Amino acid sequence: MLTYIIRRLLLAIPTLLFISLAIFLLLDLAPGDPLSQMPLTIPPEVKEKIRIALGLGEPMWVRYLLWLRQFFINEPLHIIANMTGWDIASGAQRVISWQTRSPVADIIAQRLPQTLWVVGMSYLVGVLIALPIGIVSAYRQYSLFDQVGTFVSMVGFSVPTFFTGVLMIVVFSVQLGWFPSIYDTTLRVHDWGSFMQQVRQMVMPVAVLSLYNAAQISRFMRASMLDNLNQDYVRTARAKGLTENVVVLVHVLRNSLIPVVTVIALGVPTIFGGAIITEQVFKVNGLGQLLITAIYANDLPMVQTLAFIFAILIVLFNLVADVVYGVLDPRIRYD
Amino acid sequence: MKAFRSLLIGTVAAAAFATNAYAARGTDGEVKIIYWQAPSILTPYLSGGTKDVEASSLILEPLMRYDEKGNLVPFLTQEIPTVANGGVSQDLKTITYKLKPDIKWSDGSAFTADDVVFTWQYCADPAGGCAQLAKFEGVENVEAVDAHTVKITFKEPKPNPYLPFNGAQSPIIQKAQFEKCRGANASSCTDANFGPIGTGPFRVTSFRPNDVVTLEANPNYRDPDKPAFATVTLKGGGDAAAAGRAVLETGEFDYAWNLQLAPDVLSKMAAAGKGKPIAAFGSLVERLEMNMTDPDPALGEERSTAKHPHPILSDLNVRKALSMAIDRQLLVDVGYGQAGRPTCNLVPAPELYASPNTDCIKQDVEGAKKLLDEAGWKPGPDGVRVKDGRRFHLLYQTSVNAVRQDFQALIKQWWADVGVEAELKTVDASVFFGGDAGSPDTFQKFYADVEMYANNFDGTDPEAYLAEHTCSKAPRPETQWQGENINRFCNADYDKLVAELGKTADLEKRGEIGRKLNEMLTKESYVVVPLVDRGRVSAHSNTLGGVVLNTWDSELWNTADWFRVK
Repeated sequence: MLTYIIRRLLLAIPTLLFISLAIFLLLDLAPGDPLSQMPLTIPPEVKEKIRIALGLGEPMWVRYLLWLRQFFINEPLHIIANMTGWDIASGAQRVISWQTRSPVADIIAQRLPQTLWVVGMSYLVGVLIALPIGIVSAYRQYSLFDQVGTFVSMVGFSVPTFFTGVLMIVVFSVQLGWFPSIYDTTLRVHDWGSFMQQVRQMVMPVAVLSLYNAAQISRFMRASMLDNLNQDYVRTARAKGLTENVVVLVHVLRNSLIPVVTVIALGVPTIFGGAIITEQVFKVNGLGQLLITAIYANDLPMVQTLAFIFAILIVLFNLVADVVYGVLDPRIRYD
Repeated sequence: MKAFRSLLIGTVAAAAFATNAYAARGTDGEVKIIYWQAPSILTPYLSGGTKDVEASSLILEPLMRYDEKGNLVPFLTQEIPTVANGGVSQDLKTITYKLKPDIKWSDGSAFTADDVVFTWQYCADPAGGCAQLAKFEGVENVEAVDAHTVKITFKEPKPNPYLPFNGAQSPIIQKAQFEKCRGANASSCTDANFGPIGTGPFRVTSFRPNDVVTLEANPNYRDPDKPAFATVTLKGGGDAAAAGRAVLETGEFDYAWNLQLAPDVLSKMAAAGKGKPIAAFGSLVERLEMNMTDPDPALGEERSTAKHPHPILSDLNVRKALSMAIDRQLLVDVGYGQAGRPTCNLVPAPELYASPNTDCIKQDVEGAKKLLDEAGWKPGPDGVRVKDGRRFHLLYQTSVNAVRQDFQALIKQWWADVGVEAELKTVDASVFFGGDAGSPDTFQKFYADVEMYANNFDGTDPEAYLAEHTCSKAPRPETQWQGENINRFCNADYDKLVAELGKTADLEKRGEIGRKLNEMLTKESYVVVPLVDRGRVSAHSNTLGGVVLNTWDSELWNTADWFRVK
């Protein structure tokens, strides 16, 4: 198992380098200009000087190698320097955002908490709702519960979050006034009052995203349960005289979870990707909003770095899913 | 009548005084402002974006600001220097500012002439990529005569010497803080760029780029009773509709910036009664630009250059007919409502420079048809006009924007009514305005016959703006397609008059020349066809007082005077 993991990690290095080059070329060759959002009152000569100050005067390969160096050498150096207090990183240029002229990594670190709270919580809530719904729907296939569950997940699947999000704002913020429509990212939880405020501002975005996540996962759970319920080992278990609870919740559930866990693991990187639309609707201003504003502003270092971090997470969680698969199913061994 | 008026003014002044007398610094709690474009950095020198310029105007101040009518108001100086009071030299080559003596930075240190000199040195550094460099064009030297006197020397006589250090775009930054940030180091000074020390009413407590700025009252602000608010939260992100909703419908925020919303959407929000939309007009004009050169792809490298005049649009009467076919009032009603008014001027304001030109407002379809007939364009079998075997077909491009697409559809229809066929094209705004010389779709390259966008000028003097239409400023391959004379208008008389404007100091005379230049571009030649004078609509809650919407400076120019209505 260990050699397998090491082999996969080594293999990931050329894959990631290739991905970083692909992202860089895609962004660089795409039309667009970091100064397009500046007012027209700034004359073209001045804009040209700004471009040169941003480093756009260099040839493409120089900029790519510079980014690689900044991302793989200078950024880790800065992290080590910050943790240990050693002076090893002075003078090492970090990846700088064109919009803010500040290190990209600092902004990402600043955005991570609210994305993890909101998007991560919605993923967790989604999974916690989806698993029981999937189990019951499969066990009582075509019952009223199954029909309602199917309907709700179809709604969750097909109605976009920009619709459900705005609908919730209009109902719960404008009409009823229960929840704030704008997320306060500066809120610090230090007592019961601020905790309740945090809960109130999280309710709507988490609800919108959970509906979407739960719809997806409950479908997987239901399908996987149905596959297993008709297997021979289930009949054997019942013939042995085991109770229905033990048959379903121990034997069938454990086997059905194998593909579902893989799906859940593969979905984890999307938490870090943030939820572009939902974050915009509720002004959560996490990583999703950071990515989309950077794309609009053609802030290439920011987009490049974010996209590459997502790529790393996807490669990593693919590996995690494979390993978990082996742990859950003793028949699968990689060595 | 006169007595009544002075009585009225007196009452208003007394009322204003009364509110001020009750308020003391920091007694009104928190004011929450929402900008649907989030500020990225808090200095206007490293970003020209409006959101960044306006957010930083809470902290940083220029020597003088423009008020809501476009008049200069001294903020850090004792008076407005003029030729009459000796502040501007007779030869118009120097201007001398006398700074107020007791101004302090928010860290408690004294504000001196050295800071002003440094601000110039900071922006003028060629390696820094200063976004406001144009404000310092023609400046030869800035020197501190004594601790509170600054003298600016220009290379040539400057009839409008107020460009440097005035208005939200070029505020004064603190020398002590930015000294190490000059040139190539500008980007490495994150702490300074995110938390500049200023002389304004507030100072930064925390800044999360592209998200939120929190500020508190500046303890060293020059007026001990101001600002009334103890803290400010400036949240960014989302969209204009959400910002409007937060102020007008839910009341979560006190002030929402630039609500570019359909008129009916805005009026529905305002009906909730929690706040009110306010509008003000500046110099922003949505216009059609007529390409004076031939954009035919068959011309290769020479397309859209002065070598080939446009085969259709070179005729003045044709351009005039295209303008006559348009109903500008309907465009305003559809797209802007309260935030727009029809205009025939490229320079709609300030009053001094605005020509009394209203000929184009009334739509005249029959007149347009007649002009086209006279120009030799006869209706063909399918209704589209033809001349010498050429169809009257125009490629009409603009950026992706809901209102602009509505305008395109309406104008296409009006042109169809007079026998002109328009093909519509939309380009993503980041490409259209991007200025990438390699892209065929930029507005500078103008590979189309007609294009639509909006532009304005900083401050109140349109000299540089009108000078954009001189022959030498045409984008062309030799200039890497950079340049501001988008329609490649070229007229020796116009260039001569622009040069004259550059030498004229007398305001009345400047106004006269400015109006003439505006008319040469619009009603005399129709190379620029103005459509809508676009105002700014923002909204404030009913409990926020003291708001004066200003389009000539930052919208947040007078936050020191904002207060909570009790």
